Amino acid sequence: MSRLTLRQVRKSFKQTEVLRGIDLEIAPGELIVFVGPSGCGKSTLLRCIAGLEEITGGDIALGDRSLAGVAPSRRGMAMVFQSYALYPHMDVRGNMAFGLKLMGLSSDEVEARIAEAARMLQLTPLLDRKPRELSGGQRQRVAIGRALVRQPEVFLLDEPLSNLDAALRSEVRLEIAKLHETIGGTTIYVTHDQVEAMTLATRIVVMRDGRIEQVGTPRELFETPANTFVGTFIGSPRMALLKARAEGGRFGIEGSGDVALPDAPGGARALTLGVRPDAFEVVPEGQGWGADVVYTEYLGTDAFLYARLGDGTLLSVRTDPAAPEHATGSRIALRPRAGGLHYFDQDTGHRLAA
Amino acid sequence: MSVAADERHGDRGGRGILSTYGRDGLIQIVLIANSVIMLFPVVIMVFSGFKTNMEIFQAPFRIPDFTDIGNFVTMATQTNFLRYLLNSLLVTGTALLATGILGIMAAYALARYTFAGASFILLFFMSGLMLPLKLAVIPLFILFRDLGILDSYWALIAIYTAMGLPSTVFILTGFIRTLPSELEDAARMDGASEARILWQIMLPLCRPALVIAGIYNLVPIWNDFFFPLVFIQTDALKTLPQGLTTFIGEYSTDYGAMFAGLTLAAAPITLLYIALSRQFINGMTSGAVK
Ligand SMILES: Nc1ncnc2c1ncn2[C@@H]1O[C@H](COP(=O)(O)OP(=O)(O)O)[C@@H](O)[C@H]1O
Ligand SMILES: [Mg+2]
Repeated sequence: MSRLTLRQVRKSFKQTEVLRGIDLEIAPGELIVFVGPSGCGKSTLLRCIAGLEEITGGDIALGDRSLAGVAPSRRGMAMVFQSYALYPHMDVRGNMAFGLKLMGLSSDEVEARIAEAARMLQLTPLLDRKPRELSGGQRQRVAIGRALVRQPEVFLLDEPLSNLDAALRSEVRLEIAKLHETIGGTTIYVTHDQVEAMTLATRIVVMRDGRIEQVGTPRELFETPANTFVGTFIGSPRMALLKARAEGGRFGIEGSGDVALPDAPGGARALTLGVRPDAFEVVPEGQGWGADVVYTEYLGTDAFLYARLGDGTLLSVRTDPAAPEHATGSRIALRPRAGGLHYFDQDTGHRLAA
Repeated sequence: MSVAADERHGDRGGRGILSTYGRDGLIQIVLIANSVIMLFPVVIMVFSGFKTNMEIFQAPFRIPDFTDIGNFVTMATQTNFLRYLLNSLLVTGTALLATGILGIMAAYALARYTFAGASFILLFFMSGLMLPLKLAVIPLFILFRDLGILDSYWALIAIYTAMGLPSTVFILTGFIRTLPSELEDAARMDGASEARILWQIMLPLCRPALVIAGIYNLVPIWNDFFFPLVFIQTDALKTLPQGLTTFIGEYSTDYGAMFAGLTLAAAPITLLYIALSRQFINGMTSGAVK
């Protein structure tokens, strides 16, 4: 198995630049997730890796071999498409056999591989059905099976769960994670859903506007986001971004008063503070930033409170579900817990070292 | 909301059956009447094919004895009818096949590949829908003479293929554009060549559209009288419409035999039409896509 290397990969469709220089190293056996808002170029990048789109700049290499000019079927990759793209006129067996026959395998080998994949994915009783006779989840498994039988070095999955209903989604997600563990190939998984990314990935690649914003393990991204975009994209409910002004170790927010933050980076005047919902604590009036409660949510094991600061910023706070709820419209004071703060440059949005 | 619903109910009840079924009923009556009027001459033609001259004039509407196929035997044995029928089948079949094969190739390229001049080529095909081929009969005659295919099947096949291509390309290009292109990408990942994608993936999916194009082109080609008249002289190469004109002169005294001939001439295309439309409807309802 070999390492997949992307160097300054660029892709333009006519005048529009969709990928603006992607650098990435993917180690063998990793489950890499590309995540980012819709239209940021995740699918395009995946299709460039697959060879379905020609890149307009840079290089993609598998091991020592550059993939430039290599046909999609000769890259040792298999892809699961968002729409599944099953051949409608072939039964499940035919769908899986199509590529294998083209690989020139003997019919015994073809049969053996299909039987093995069907067993793993519980497709054995469905082998003679046409795609239109299958449910969404079954079609999804056939699409995965069709990729599996090729025994590729790299699996490419483009939003494989987006056409499934919520209940099925977490089930299939688990199945994909298990498959990755048993098969052990490199997997690149595209999604716009940060929960999928966090639960599946060994490393996450956060993309925006054709650029990589940050690469790291789920924990790294959550604990040390490189900028405000990653900070707000990863984690739910979102991280609140507070525009604060530093005055002698105290951080003032317009209309909300100021709070002393001892571990703040020195010297900075105007900062963006990133605070996750569980990093806030509700404190007695005068010890934190003043805020008005907008509404509260009680979820059983969790409770959230949404409040508006003096400058209009809306933020969410995790509260103790056992404690009495704060009345809507009441005035509270909020203070970030020690160590729960992220400091960003207010102009560039980049993380500042604490 | 519930008041409005009640009102609507009351409204319907008040106007009674006519307002509920009136429009549909009227349409049904018009359609049935239309069917009767359209089918009447066809039925009389078939009936007369089983009658002698005497019977045709004495009782034109009586249901004949369908076991008496004397007229058909006369047609089949004493005239060139079967020859003409075979020629028609051969020429129409080959032309439709060529139209389908060439049409899907052109349509696939036009629908899926971006290349310089693609829209010009599509327009060029479309112009064939607007310009009558008959205008070009003299240059075609000179061309075919120089190619040495005057008075042969090839002349007709070439013309009919050209006649069928614009509509076929038009229908198929539109249809292929509605198919998800991820399907072809999947086949590319599976190692299929572009040609294999066309024949093994696109062709089966395009069957409904091919049938529509086929139905659209079948009748004008089968019934064409003009081009055989211009390009075919040898009697053994004539197609049915051309051949039938000879009978009408020759058998003007034997109406029974003439009607038998007409029935036989109309039969293949009618049957084919029925078979194809069934297929077409199947294709539409069985969810060929996705
Ligand atoms: N074939 C194409 N031609 C022109 N623009 C395209 C094409 N494919 C994708 N794009 C554009 O590239 C951008 C990124 O698309 P995509 O990679 O599908 O985004 P994502 O998968 O992250 O939602 C979009 O703005 C889209 O409009
Ligand atoms: Mg996408």
